[in-house]
Amino acid sequence: MPARPKPMTDRYSAWRVLKESFSGNSGWKPAWRKPEPKASYDVIIVGGGGHGLATAHYLASVHGITNVAVVEKGPIGLGNGGRNTTIVRSNYGLPSNTRFYEHSLKLWEGLEQDLNYNVMMSQRGVLNLFHSDSQRDAAARRGNSMRLQGVDAELLDRDGVRAYAPFIELDNPMFPIFGGLMQRRGGTARHDAVIWGFARAADQRGVDIIEHCEVTGIRREGGRVTGVETTRGFIGAKKVGVAVAGNTSRLATMAGLSLPVESHLLQAFVSEAIKPMIGGVVTFGAGHFYISQSDKGGLVFGGDLDGYNSYSQRGNLPVVEHLLGAAVSMIPALSRLRVLRQWAGIMDMTMDSSPFICKTPIDGLYFNGGWCYGGFKATPGSGWCFAHTIARDEPHAFNADLTIDRFRDGRLIDERGAGPNPWAQ
Amino acid sequence: MHLIPCPYCGERPQDEFHYRGDATVKRPAPDAGEQAFYDYVYTRANPRGWHDEWWHHYAGCRQWIKVRRNTLTHVVAASAGPADALPEATP
Repeated sequence: MPARPKPMTDRYSAWRVLKESFSGNSGWKPAWRKPEPKASYDVIIVGGGGHGLATAHYLASVHGITNVAVVEKGPIGLGNGGRNTTIVRSNYGLPSNTRFYEHSLKLWEGLEQDLNYNVMMSQRGVLNLFHSDSQRDAAARRGNSMRLQGVDAELLDRDGVRAYAPFIELDNPMFPIFGGLMQRRGGTARHDAVIWGFARAADQRGVDIIEHCEVTGIRREGGRVTGVETTRGFIGAKKVGVAVAGNTSRLATMAGLSLPVESHLLQAFVSEAIKPMIGGVVTFGAGHFYISQSDKGGLVFGGDLDGYNSYSQRGNLPVVEHLLGAAVSMIPALSRLRVLRQWAGIMDMTMDSSPFICKTPIDGLYFNGGWCYGGFKATPGSGWCFAHTIARDEPHAFNADLTIDRFRDGRLIDERGAGPNPWAQ
Repeated sequence: MHLIPCPYCGERPQDEFHYRGDATVKRPAPDAGEQAFYDYVYTRANPRGWHDEWWHHYAGCRQWIKVRRNTLTHVVAASAGPADALPEATP
């Protein structure tokens, strides 16, 4: 067996950057190894996105379980980990969601120190605009719910919105802006860096990250999981955790399970780079549109689902038109910008728009999915709770309500109350 | 842009339609039991491939129609009226 590096032997620091700059940057090593799969592991995580890699990191760092493999069908981070719009927040109204997402936000706040990796966490605020008295009431109620649970929230009036985001058209004749609900601790992080940081931290504790290894079956004996069939052969495991976002239904089918999930498309866009314009994240309350600005200067924005089942990772034009219309209604100055890139990811939409991190009827098999379009901000919290659930074989209080059984028991976490129609969530 | 062959109006652009979900789920009999109703309301096959689904031609004939569409390639293979069956299988 090849020697495994000890945790954090290869620390990144300003001193390292300086030292390497004098030695031709020849001392940098790859951030993670490319190991061959072993015959078996204590835990296999299916899916090398943010959630899977975070799970492996917390299994190793919190629970001391290091005989872990993360198997990924392609290179890591090319699914939704690399396709999201990088927003981090915890501005939910229902306690089950608030508890979980606030824990995740607290992990974000210390993530760079924990991982020894710059994920460019930037808490510049998330502002949800409202356009009517009733929307203001709903925002105030959500803000109060957040504050009762110890989460920061602030109701801004028109002047507050103008001061935070002077580029917004406040007097749109159809959708005048009445104010907004602000979470100042929200913001953005660099999505690829989050993937790389978790991968590096997990690898340094001995986790094997096995890329180009697609799971084709989940082997079970007597109601207990024994490993996974992959394109690189069978790999045994005492426990298997699945974190595959849009492909959750396919993995469930391999284990003989059916889920309350549909796969849908969500698009995202980046404009050409401009000088600093938008401080934090702003969402339009009258259409489907939200926007922020990356550190490179490109405006990053997105909107609603394409609205039909799809695994294609390709967005469609009617949503582009709707979204750009909403964009120009909210910020007329955007009409002179050009869209540089556009792409889509596959969302695992549940029937109540909330996720699940839970055990399954099969011993040793755990599911993490149903992230709808909110998976990125959940990345550390999801990994932390999934690692706890796998290591202890029981959920933590933070994810105890995030089960699949809640649909059967009528304990839905329906933040939006849109009914069992994933395309309407 | 999907072009959806409405059995009443011919091929029409996708934005004349609303998507209305999986057309293979059937409302169970009133006495079918809790599990059958749970599956009817919540459980979906969510296939990666051919999918029979409802589309509502709200900006056209206002009929609900059945469409067989591939969720990976977005190819539309067949459509039928609400009471009609789609072809048995699609290669």
